[in-house]
Amino acid sequence: MAKTGILIETENNGVKETSLGVMAAAAGTEIHALVMDGDAAAARETLAAHGAAVVVDMAAGKTVQSPDQAAAALAAAAKEYGLTAILGTASAIGKDIFARAAALMGQPLASDILGLDLEQRTVKKSHFSGKTLATLRLDADIFLCTVRPNLFEPAQAQAEGALAAFDPGVADAGGVKVLEVKKGDADTLDLTEAPVVVTGGRAVNAAENFAMLDACAAKLGAAVGASRAAVDAGFANHAMQVGQTGKTVSPRLYIACGVSGAVQHFAGMKTSKVIVAINEDKDAPIFAKCDYGIVGDIFEVVPRLTEKL
Amino acid sequence: MKIFVCVKHVPDTAATIKVAGEAGYEEGGVKFVSNPYDEFGIEEAVKTVEKNGGEVVILTVGKAGAAATMRGAMAMGAHRGILVKTDTQFLDPALTAQALKAAMDQDGLGDMVFTGKGSVDSESFQTQYCLAAALGVPVANEVSALSLGEGKAVAEQETGGGDKQVLELSLPCVIGATKGLNEPRYPKFPDIMKAKKKELREIDIADLGIDLSQGRICLETLEIVPERSGAKMLEGDTDAQIAELVRILREDEKVI
Ligand SMILES: Cc1cc2nc3c(=O)[nH]c(=O)nc-3n(C[C@H](O)[C@H](O)[C@H](O)COP(=O)(O)OP(=O)(O)OC[C@H]3O[C@@H](n4cnc5c(N)ncnc54)[C@H](O)[C@@H]3O)c2cc1C
Ligand SMILES: Nc1ncnc2c1ncn2[C@@H]1O[C@H](COP(=O)(O)O)[C@@H](O)[C@H]1O
Repeated sequence: MAKTGILIETENNGVKETSLGVMAAAAGTEIHALVMDGDAAAARETLAAHGAAVVVDMAAGKTVQSPDQAAAALAAAAKEYGLTAILGTASAIGKDIFARAAALMGQPLASDILGLDLEQRTVKKSHFSGKTLATLRLDADIFLCTVRPNLFEPAQAQAEGALAAFDPGVADAGGVKVLEVKKGDADTLDLTEAPVVVTGGRAVNAAENFAMLDACAAKLGAAVGASRAAVDAGFANHAMQVGQTGKTVSPRLYIACGVSGAVQHFAGMKTSKVIVAINEDKDAPIFAKCDYGIVGDIFEVVPRLTEKL
Repeated sequence: MKIFVCVKHVPDTAATIKVAGEAGYEEGGVKFVSNPYDEFGIEEAVKTVEKNGGEVVILTVGKAGAAATMRGAMAMGAHRGILVKTDTQFLDPALTAQALKAAMDQDGLGDMVFTGKGSVDSESFQTQYCLAAALGVPVANEVSALSLGEGKAVAEQETGGGDKQVLELSLPCVIGATKGLNEPRYPKFPDIMKAKKKELREIDIADLGIDLSQGRICLETLEIVPERSGAKMLEGDTDAQIAELVRILREDEKVI
């Protein structure tokens, strides 16, 4: 059976849901869960339940400190375990590590894919801001790709989950040094990971009005996003921007409040499962490309919606 | 300082794309622009040489029509441009990087290279990494703040959940620019006129020794993604609409 490596992302020593989703995308292959930045032993049970034949603890040696070391560690793991594919999450960090690894290994890369066929070595991915879907064939010895977060649902698939310690031995940090990690607000859910996203557009009209969306999001276990117009006007932080320039999200529910529905905004949320729009203009373009619409003033609709949840 | 900025010539993000054949699209009637994220790179490079002296060279691998886009970059203050000509629409990023490197080798290496965080047509997100690997220099992508010191650059990037990471890179290096880095300037009329007279050298990609048959990413098909067929508009007064929405999300869609 072909061996696939999955770069596992952890959070508070739990495996991120998005990583479990990536494992589901590799179903049918012998999965090696590669844990670089967390406690592999603690994650073992969850990973085994989601199909990991082997759980590789790459953190023990603590040699991986820079993004180039992480990439070199992936390359080393591919060699050690004879992996013919490595998949990861298309998070900010995942996209960066995989691009470094691909360049280092001299392999083609498919970033932020929406579908794959491991046997045919093809992927589906967005071209032209989500307006078209491309099928790419990768002529790869080791097939590398990052998968759009939340696109694949985690699936139970019990496997052995044998724990293996592997020191990738990447001593050379390369020319990039991490000087500092500035932690944001610990309560902030990562937009790209969130199962539900509530987004405010220009209509929110002031930074303090985002509290109204925060309240709604809290009830839904959602992250709060913003359109570029809202960010540029200073109502929201740049880290909250959804769209071509900002984050790409694919939650099961996306609620757009006072967003017109520009193509560049849709580039970042079009693959959401259900899209709801609240807009006072019944002719707003967003109503032509979402699932459910409420015509109304967000300052009236959102608080009442929050109450009902 | 000599700074290269890699600028891709791409269809405007707002353009309607019509697929032609299996894996192509109709270029007629499509407005082409410089890749929006590359503009943050142009601005940063121009600002840097305005302060420290030196020159900014625009590098593009693309069709003959890309020259117009490059003139736009020169109107923003870049000094000259090199266009590596190819007719291939979607070139493998590894080959693009080889071509960019070969052009740099020919022109004389720079102290820094800017790219955008990714291109809005093929969305490959890797040319800058391939280029850095080929040049043997460090790279940082999605950089939203940058400062230059003695032989080094300090770059900041967002890593998700509101977290940020500060990286130090030795020079020369490749920086993939994104929004936040600066506000790209709008060229004024005299700058546009001046740009017309700046040097723009054209080289054929084959003359750089790039073998296009070596591509390892093959675009097999391109299809239009259909939009959703339009929202189901909820009816009744506001409370009735909200009640119905919540019911649908819970019972029909099962997403909350
Ligand atoms: C290269 C490029 C990249 C871009 N990247 C991004 C990106 O990453 N993300 C992004 O979002 N945009 C991006 N844009 C910008 C995009 O084109 C739009 O300008 C932007 O998305 C508009 O934001 P908006 O919908 O909030 O504002 P608007 O278009 O102004 O829409 C506001 C909407 O709110 C409605 N409204 C007003 N008041 C109320 C009220 N009280 N109650 C209910 N509804 C109300 C209005 O009817 C309107 O539909 C990009 C553009 C370019 C060219
Ligand atoms: N054909 C090209 N010519 C010049 N620069 C390019 C070209 N293709 C990609 N780049 C640069 O590489 C970055 C990343 O592109 P991509 O890998 O296609 O997402 C872009 O933002 C450009 O700065």
